[in-house]
Amino acid sequence: MSETRGLKSWLTTTDHKRIGLLYFWTAFGFFLIGGLEALVIRAQLARPDNHLVTAQTYNQLFTMHGTTMVFLALMPLGAAFFNFIVPLQIGARDVVFPRLNAFSYWVFLLGGLFMNASWFLPGHPAPDGGWFGYATLTERQFSPGPNIDFWLLGLQILGVASLAAGFNFIVTILNLRAPGMKMMRLPVFTWMTLVTSFLIITAFPVITVALVFLMFDRVFHTHFYIPSAGGDPILWQHLFWVFGHPEVYILILPAMGIVSEVLPTFSRKPLFGYTVIVYSGVLIGFMGWGVWSHHMFSVGLGPIADSVFALTTMLIAIPTGVKIFNWIATLWGGHIRLTTAMCFALGFIALFTIGGLSGITHASPPADLQQTDTYYVVAHFHYVLFGGTIMGLFAGMYYWWPKMTGRLLSEPLGILHFWLTFIGMNLTFFPMHLIGLLGMPRRIYTYSTDLGVDRMNLWSSIGAFMIGLGMVVFVYNLWRTRRHGAVAGPNPWNGATLEWATSSPPPPHNFDVIPTVHSRMPLWGSHPPATAGGEPVHVPPGSWWPLVAAAGLPIMALAALMHTVWIVFVGAAILLFGIYRWAYEPFEV
Amino acid sequence: MSHGATAHYTSMGLDSRKMAFWAFIGSECLLFGTLISTYLIYQGRSVSGPTPGEILNIPVTSLSTFDLLMSSLWMVLALAAVQRGDMKWAKVWLLGVAIGGAIFLGFQVYEFTSFVHEGLTLQTNLFGATFFVLTGTHGAHVTVGVLWMMTLWVRAMQGKLGPQHAMTVEIAGLYWHFVDVVWIAIFTLVYLLHK
Repeated sequence: MSETRGLKSWLTTTDHKRIGLLYFWTAFGFFLIGGLEALVIRAQLARPDNHLVTAQTYNQLFTMHGTTMVFLALMPLGAAFFNFIVPLQIGARDVVFPRLNAFSYWVFLLGGLFMNASWFLPGHPAPDGGWFGYATLTERQFSPGPNIDFWLLGLQILGVASLAAGFNFIVTILNLRAPGMKMMRLPVFTWMTLVTSFLIITAFPVITVALVFLMFDRVFHTHFYIPSAGGDPILWQHLFWVFGHPEVYILILPAMGIVSEVLPTFSRKPLFGYTVIVYSGVLIGFMGWGVWSHHMFSVGLGPIADSVFALTTMLIAIPTGVKIFNWIATLWGGHIRLTTAMCFALGFIALFTIGGLSGITHASPPADLQQTDTYYVVAHFHYVLFGGTIMGLFAGMYYWWPKMTGRLLSEPLGILHFWLTFIGMNLTFFPMHLIGLLGMPRRIYTYSTDLGVDRMNLWSSIGAFMIGLGMVVFVYNLWRTRRHGAVAGPNPWNGATLEWATSSPPPPHNFDVIPTVHSRMPLWGSHPPATAGGEPVHVPPGSWWPLVAAAGLPIMALAALMHTVWIVFVGAAILLFGIYRWAYEPFEV
Repeated sequence: MSHGATAHYTSMGLDSRKMAFWAFIGSECLLFGTLISTYLIYQGRSVSGPTPGEILNIPVTSLSTFDLLMSSLWMVLALAAVQRGDMKWAKVWLLGVAIGGAIFLGFQVYEFTSFVHEGLTLQTNLFGATFFVLTGTHGAHVTVGVLWMMTLWVRAMQGKLGPQHAMTVEIAGLYWHFVDVVWIAIFTLVYLLHK
């Protein structure tokens, strides 16, 4: 039997639920750090010609805000729910490779710490080249310090975590479904996890190679992106966005999955057009690969490339729009309960639609040329990633918190959190549409009062601090719920999917008896599946080796940072040792 | 090995490790696809020599390619031997695969050193950078494969590898054949069709 208490039990755990909690708390910590960075940015921009921070610090703040939110907060918060919820939704005892799952988490944690360690070194060499890291700015000639090295090596480490998790969840969902759980009976959240996992395993190799080229340019003085030697900085842009656009869908599809769970539960109606929603998600996954150059209209790729990518970008709005209509139709005629989770899901629909509409305005190259590098683009992607992904993730937190901890979050505090976030979010980002169209560029640390955007920037900053206040309420709610939250019971929301068929929190083995599934909404049928009784279940013990193997990677990255070859061998030896002990556990040579 | 002999129930009827490995191979296709694409995009764009035509040694590389292809055949024979429980020949063929891979790596070391002596390094031009990173990444994959084969061979010598571990050997074989197929693409596109 695995241990359930003490530090050792957490360091060696292979239980998907505990790993899900580790992902949640780590990603939530990074989310708060990224949010604080955003607040400093908004404090700097609250009035014109401000000098709260220097231009250099500002570069580091927006670089680390973007990188942290994408790779260390939103993706792993999605992964927290993949981990905790997906095995329960398909009626499995764990993911298919529990130790690989632990490895993913440790690599993610160490990668995030590696990148953020740069803040604390002498000279504070935190990354400063933007989350997109465009060559040639990121080349050694223009970025001589270790800042960009922290960024590119950190991303390489994080890529390993994402890839390992991608393989794990693909096989888990395809192969560990309970009897009767056909593919077209899978909950939509699980479906979107599957599509996201396929996007991860196909998109991350591309950014890995792009980063290897940049690393070679910086460490070994090659010329992959250096024009004087025939290299092409546009190659970086292509490789980055070939990864970067699927990445956008990696961020939004899990939130779409969450909303597709929350809306039916609180409308007391099956999801309208389940099949179409699933196929739209799959179609978005495929089409997400064919739109990347719309990030590069200002490069001047020529009329044919611009036209093709404008067309594909407008086309991808169709499956997205289909989903929005299906969600609205799910609400129609339902017994709607306005819980906090439901409010965030409804907020998702409204705000994501606004972000989608401003996205269509970028799809037209002539319009996009006016918008590129202005606050209009910042407004657009925050409506998609905050209004979309973060609202969806909050819906998931309120919805699944009772399942994850056994206690319900406070609803009054939740509603307060929702309104502060919803109003604050619109106050922050809506004026940015106008600020951008009036000509204020992104990534510049201050602006002149002559631009005439002083007041709108001040409103935007007030909105940002309102979101911050909402976060304080949420953190208090989490803290309060530990002791004072109402005890949830197995199915507090009367949900229809299998995670609600077991206790809250579930036992280490999830289900005493693996349920047999007869429909898409097993708990709403006349014969809910039995999960009690049965033989005692053997739960495998934890393992140290995923953590040991993961520790090898940041050590290898350290070697590239310090240009010291022998450290590579130390890191590789630790990685290899961890893998061998892992492969032949319990050790018996 | 704690697992291997027991065939677990799976929804798709396909071994989970094998399915994960196919997903891994799909992912690797994108990795090598990006490297090969970059090589092809940068072909002929170096601002100084040496060029591929001046430096690539096709007869020698044909020999190493032949060696790698033969090692794939030995891999097939190794798996067949494990499956029928013939551990004597399994040991022979597993060691053969490892040695075949090591010989290929020896050819690559020879090739890299002679290129450096002829004035082509990572820093010389775009051809040097794209060539060394592409073939070097492939060589790193062969190195991992050789370590894997040696591990299986040691397990076989210890008597800890038997027909109940056929899936373990099959997955190692999948890896080996994939790395071989990638080399066929590299040999064709980089060496035979050089500009």
